[in-house]
Parts: sequence; structure tokens; C-alpha cells
Amino acid sequence: MTNSAEGSGDKAEHNEETPVERHAEHQEDLGFWRKYIFSTDHKVIGLQYAFTSMFFLLFGFSLMMLMRWQLAFPGEALPIIGKLFGEANMPDGVMDPQFYNQLGAMHGTIMVFLGIVPLAVGAFGNFVVPLQIGAPDMAFPKLNMASYWALFTGGIIMLVSFILPGGAAKSGWTSYTPLAVIETTGQTFWLLGMIFLITSSLLGAINFITTIIQMRAKGLTFMRLPFFVWVQFITAFLLLLAFPPLEAAGVLQLMDRLAGTSFFLPSGLVVSGEVLNVSGGGSPLLWQHLFWFLAHPEVYVLILPAMGIVAEIISNNTRKPIWGYKSMVYSLIFLGFMSFIVWAHHMFITGMGTMMSAFFQTTTMIISVPSVIILSALFISLWGGSIRFTTPMLFALGFLPMFGIGGLTGLPLGLAPTDIHLHDTYYVIGHFHYIVAPGTILALFAGVYYWFPKITGRKMSDVLGKIHFWGTIVFMNGVFMPMFIQGLAGVSRRLYDGGQLYDIAQPVLEWNVFMSVSAWLLGVAQIPFLINLFGSIKKGKKVSANPWEATTMEWTAAPSPPIPHGNFPVVPTAYRGPYEYSVPGSSSGFIPQDQEN
Amino acid sequence: MEIPYTTTVRPDTGVYNAKLGVWLFLASEVMLFGGLFSAYIFLRVGAPEWPGMIAGHMFERSSDILNVPIGTFNTMVLIASSVTMVLSWASLMMKNFSKYKLYMGLTILFGFIFLIVKAFEYSDKFSHHFYPSESAFLAIYFTLTGLHGLHVIGGIIVNLYFWGPGSKMWKTQPKRFTNRIEIAGLYWHFVDIVWIFLFPTIYLL
Repeated sequence: MTNSAEGSGDKAEHNEETPVERHAEHQEDLGFWRKYIFSTDHKVIGLQYAFTSMFFLLFGFSLMMLMRWQLAFPGEALPIIGKLFGEANMPDGVMDPQFYNQLGAMHGTIMVFLGIVPLAVGAFGNFVVPLQIGAPDMAFPKLNMASYWALFTGGIIMLVSFILPGGAAKSGWTSYTPLAVIETTGQTFWLLGMIFLITSSLLGAINFITTIIQMRAKGLTFMRLPFFVWVQFITAFLLLLAFPPLEAAGVLQLMDRLAGTSFFLPSGLVVSGEVLNVSGGGSPLLWQHLFWFLAHPEVYVLILPAMGIVAEIISNNTRKPIWGYKSMVYSLIFLGFMSFIVWAHHMFITGMGTMMSAFFQTTTMIISVPSVIILSALFISLWGGSIRFTTPMLFALGFLPMFGIGGLTGLPLGLAPTDIHLHDTYYVIGHFHYIVAPGTILALFAGVYYWFPKITGRKMSDVLGKIHFWGTIVFMNGVFMPMFIQGLAGVSRRLYDGGQLYDIAQPVLEWNVFMSVSAWLLGVAQIPFLINLFGSIKKGKKVSANPWEATTMEWTAAPSPPIPHGNFPVVPTAYRGPYEYSVPGSSSGFIPQDQEN
Repeated sequence: MEIPYTTTVRPDTGVYNAKLGVWLFLASEVMLFGGLFSAYIFLRVGAPEWPGMIAGHMFERSSDILNVPIGTFNTMVLIASSVTMVLSWASLMMKNFSKYKLYMGLTILFGFIFLIVKAFEYSDKFSHHFYPSESAFLAIYFTLTGLHGLHVIGGIIVNLYFWGPGSKMWKTQPKRFTNRIEIAGLYWHFVDIVWIFLFPTIYLL
């Protein structure tokens, strides 16, 4: 009683003080543009992120499906659609090498910065975090809107760069210098686009951290936070602190390209047999250091939200608390910290010196410990549970071994001696794709199936979901497993012909067709997902507010779909930890976080 | 349901939302300038001499290229502007709005003086054909001071808004307006501190 009285008192006070926010209550009356396009509601912004990032995931994947044609059948004309790409890119339907490089660079950039991060952090984080912590919205709704539109602008710049003379960026998603500095205008657009994407992430990160620290419901202490909120919290710190050095590097590379400086150009640089007319004195290694200082924490930005989603779903579907919640949280914090001091394991063969290699391979081995703790805790959580094999649970279960393969194959890359053989081969491609594709993307699908009823009040079809799951996991392995075989044989990445010209590649070349067919079938396997996703919005089976019988507050304290502004009919209070399943003596078998006694 | 702690302090964390937000923003700014300073150290350690050859002349000290007295003057101007920034916030805390107007106006004025002096420095360099493309030293000098200059411009825009149209909020929500000046001040001090690091590293070392 006292609580609610205090609450309403607060409200009256605010109403007098803040006309801006009183205005927000009348959001219902706002026109289409303010309600759906320039919305400040975290749920609408989350959905904007979701649709944008899914478009880019599909777009980035299409780039790869094109490249796989060239790798499987080098120099052969692509039937039917080949001529649509223009004479400059695919003369007579045969892929130009420069176009292949564009596709490769943009596939990486789009998948990482416009696909996975906006979906994992922008979409799920935005939609779920305020609901899970009992907050009416994010702490800075306008900033939230700004960060989405910065991402959108960055995405448009990246797309536009394809139609520039010379095409899009083509020096890889890593944009290594000096190659990137002497590239065509596409690279300038890449840098401008990246500055927008970085700004978007920075604003988002500030918003997430402030929201989680300031807006937790009464009684929701840090150790009662759902694990998903914890991963978003740590992820936001990684984005906040790792992205600015890349922004600095981007500014320096822009200066190199536009103002003629030589931050990354060494003295006496020779290009195509001619000495470049630059002042020199720069260092190509400097770019790599600044780039990987971002890009290694970025790897954890890609994987941590996936772990959070999987933890939620596993606990919910085994009807048990996740095993070792505290050790998972401490591992997460330690992992976040360590991720800032492992970056140079990407640079073992640059000649930076054995002392540096020794340091970074040690830190790399140390960082594998917290990852293994989290993964083991998730595995042990399955132990003795009566598992419900719902569609989200299938994807979550698929995540565990896939991430395991990705993680374990990383160990030889983290040790300098073995990395010398494997560096820049298809083994590396296989390794990190196992982390982000069968790993993170499976978890993101799990999240879509899991939170879809929260967003729409309807469930997605289980039949289509299961077809989608089996198609995806089988063909993903079909694409990525042979990469280990090719990589161990020594086939380099980024080869336009897939290695045709190299003797060492001959025994393993036959895998190229297998991988390409798997990639195209993987594309086909996404059709049931798209039908399911869009079809279920209107036609899915209607479900109750808490269809999974979950304990966290987004399900228990808010209706599904949640009310437009404010989320909660009554401000929730947390009385217990996030995963009180199978509590002895409780009648329903689970106790919601916001339930007293 | 409104967003809590936009104006009032959350008891268990001791801050209001925007204050935490601005501290986080400043943390990312530290990493931005940290990255740039690291780049400076990286390039300088690898350079045979510093500043080295520029436009056919050999320079042994940074102070032979850059004007230290003018840089010192600009440092003083920025420090003074930080003092007036604090005074403008303190005036609001003491409910003295006209004093606030005065001190905030001075802060903005000092910001402009800094930029004008900087513009003269730049044009002086350009007239001697000292461009960013001439050497690693000049590239560092122009990029770092240029980026810092953009931060000063950003700060001036924010301060101008709070001095002019934004100050209407004082009548309706004095507490919230005071908070806004506090966090604008935090940013302004940060920009000042960056310069206090930039000046000795580039002009003197």
C-alpha cells in the first residue's frame, strides 16, 4: 500500500514538472510518423533495429551466396541473374576479381556491424532489457531514436557505395593499410559509414549502461538480474570502450585518404612499381593495432548476447535455475576485462616481435577460461532437467556444441607457433564462422522464437520452426566444416578462384562445390523462417501473456504485447532471483521474480 | 509511467540519469583521445627524428615550428573558461540567474577566443606551406588539434543553446536546468583537460 501511494505521489510531481514527458503519455494520439518511424518507444525502436538488421543479414548472406558461385565454378558465367550485375562487375556473367573483393569486404562489414550487432544488441537489448528490469523505457528515449537513425544512415552509406565508380570497399572488412588508403572512393564511404555505425553503438552503449544501473525495479539487485541483462551490460561496456579507438583509426585513415597525410603509409612505399609521392613516416602496423583493439572485444560483442539468450531459454525449458549463475556472472565480468588485452593475437605473423607474441598468447589462453566456464555452466544446466523441446530450445541446444567447436578450434590460432601455419587460411574462416554463424545466429533465431509471443501475443509455428532448425544446422555445418579441412591443407582465404592455382589446394578443392551447394541450401532453409515470421504476426496461434511459464519480469509483470508507453500496468517490484523454477512446495512449479512470499 | 531519475537522484546509485550518461560518454572520449595519443606515441617512437624534415628544412624541436607563447595563452584562455563554467553552475545553485547569464556568456566568449587564436595559428602554418601532408609531425598536430577544435565547437554550440533559448527552462524546471548546466560543465572541463594534455605533448615535448 505504501509503495503504490508513494508511486502515485511521484507521478503527480513529475506531471507538474515535466511537460515533455506528459506529452509522451499521449503518444497514442501521435501520427504515423511519430508513432512508427521517429518513435522514442524502446519497443518500436527495438523492432526497427530487428527489421533493419534482418534485412542486412539477408543482404550480407546474398553477397556470400554470389561469392560461393565463383568459388565453386571459377570463371564460369552465372546463369540467369549473372548479367544483372552490370558489365563492370560481372562481364558476360563472369565475376570480375575486383567485384569479388567488394563482395568479400562488404559481406564481413555488413554481417558484423549491420547484421549481428544491431540484432543482438539493438533489437533484443532494446526490446527485452527494459522489460526484464521493470523499467518504463530506456533512460534516454531520444538518444535511443538517434542511435537507430545513425545506424540506418551508416547502412545506407554502405549500400550506396556499391554504385560508386570503382564500387564498394574491397580491402576486406579489416581495411588493412596501406592497401585501403590507395583504394577507390568506396573505401572513403566505408569509413564514413563506419563513423555513423560507431556513433550509433556508442550512443546505444551509454543508454544501456545508464538504463541498467538507474532503472532497475525496486528490489532488483545486480545479483538478481537475469543473465541476459548482465550480458547486455558487459557488452555495452565493450562497445563503449573499444569502439572509440577504431573511430580514431577511421579518422586517421580518412585523413590519409582525403588530406594526404601518411599515418599508415611508410616512407618509400612502392605501388605498382612506382614510389608513392607521400611524406611517409607512418606505420601499417598502427592500423592493425587500433583496428584489433576494437575488433577483438567486438568478437565478444557478437557472442555474449547469444550466451545471454541461450541462458534464458535453457533455464526456462529445463525448468531449473541455470547452474552456477554467480560463477557465470563473474566469468562474464572477467571475460569483458580480458577482451581488451588479447587483440594482438590477430597479428602474430606481422613481425611485431616474440615478446609481444608471448604476452598476447598468454592472455589469449587465459581468456578461454571464463568462456569455458560459461559454456560448461550452460551444459551442466541441462543435467537432470526434464527438457521441453520447444523450438527456441532446439536452437539454444544447437548453439552449445556449435559454439564449442568454434571456441576449441580457436585455441591453435591463439598460440603463436600453430598460428603461423594456420594464419589467413580457410581454417580461420571456419573458426570464426562457427562462433558467429552456427553459434550466434542460432542463438538469435532462438531469441526470435522465444520473444515473438512477447512482441505479438502470438506464437510462431512449431512445424515450420523445426524444419527451419534442422535445415539451418545441417547446412551451416555443410558450409563451415570443410573449411577446416581446406585450411589445414593450407588454402588461403580471400582467393578469387578458391585456390585453383595452388598445388597444395588441389586435393581439397572438390569441397568448394559441396560448401557452395550447402550455402545455397542454407538460403533455401531460411524460407520457412520468413514465412513463419511474417505469417505468424497475423495468423499465429494466440497465447497467454506468459506462454513459456517463465519467471522473469518481461513475461510475468507485463501483458503480451506490452502496453505502448510505460510497459507495465503496475510498477513491478522484484522479490527474488531470476530463475526460481521447480521450487519445492510451490503449486505452479515456478515463482515469478515479482511475486512476493 | 514516466522515466524515473531524470531530475532526482536515485538513492542507491547517487546520480541522476544524465550525469551517469555523460560520465560514460566521457569514458568513451578518453578512449578516443587515448587511441589518438597512442598513435602519436607509436609513430614518434618509430621516427628517426622528431619533428624531422618538413618542406626541405630540418627541425629539431617542436617549438621551432609551433608558437609556444600563443599556445600558452590559449591554455590560459581555456582554463579561465573552465572557471567561469563552474561559476555559472554555482550561480544557478545560488538561484542567481543574471550571474549565470554573465558567467556562461564569458565561457562562450573564451571558447570563441580560443578558436580565433587557433585559426590564426593554422593560417600561419598554411602560409609557410606547413600542411598535414608534409610530415608525420604536422599530420599529428593538425589531426589532434583539429579534432579537439571540433569538440570545442560542439561545446560552444551546447553552451550557446543553454545561454539563449534553452535557458527558458530555468523558469519551469530550475532543478533540471541546473543539472543540464552541470553536465555541460563536465563535458567542457573534459575538453579543457584534453587540451592540457595536448599542449605539452605536441608543443613542448
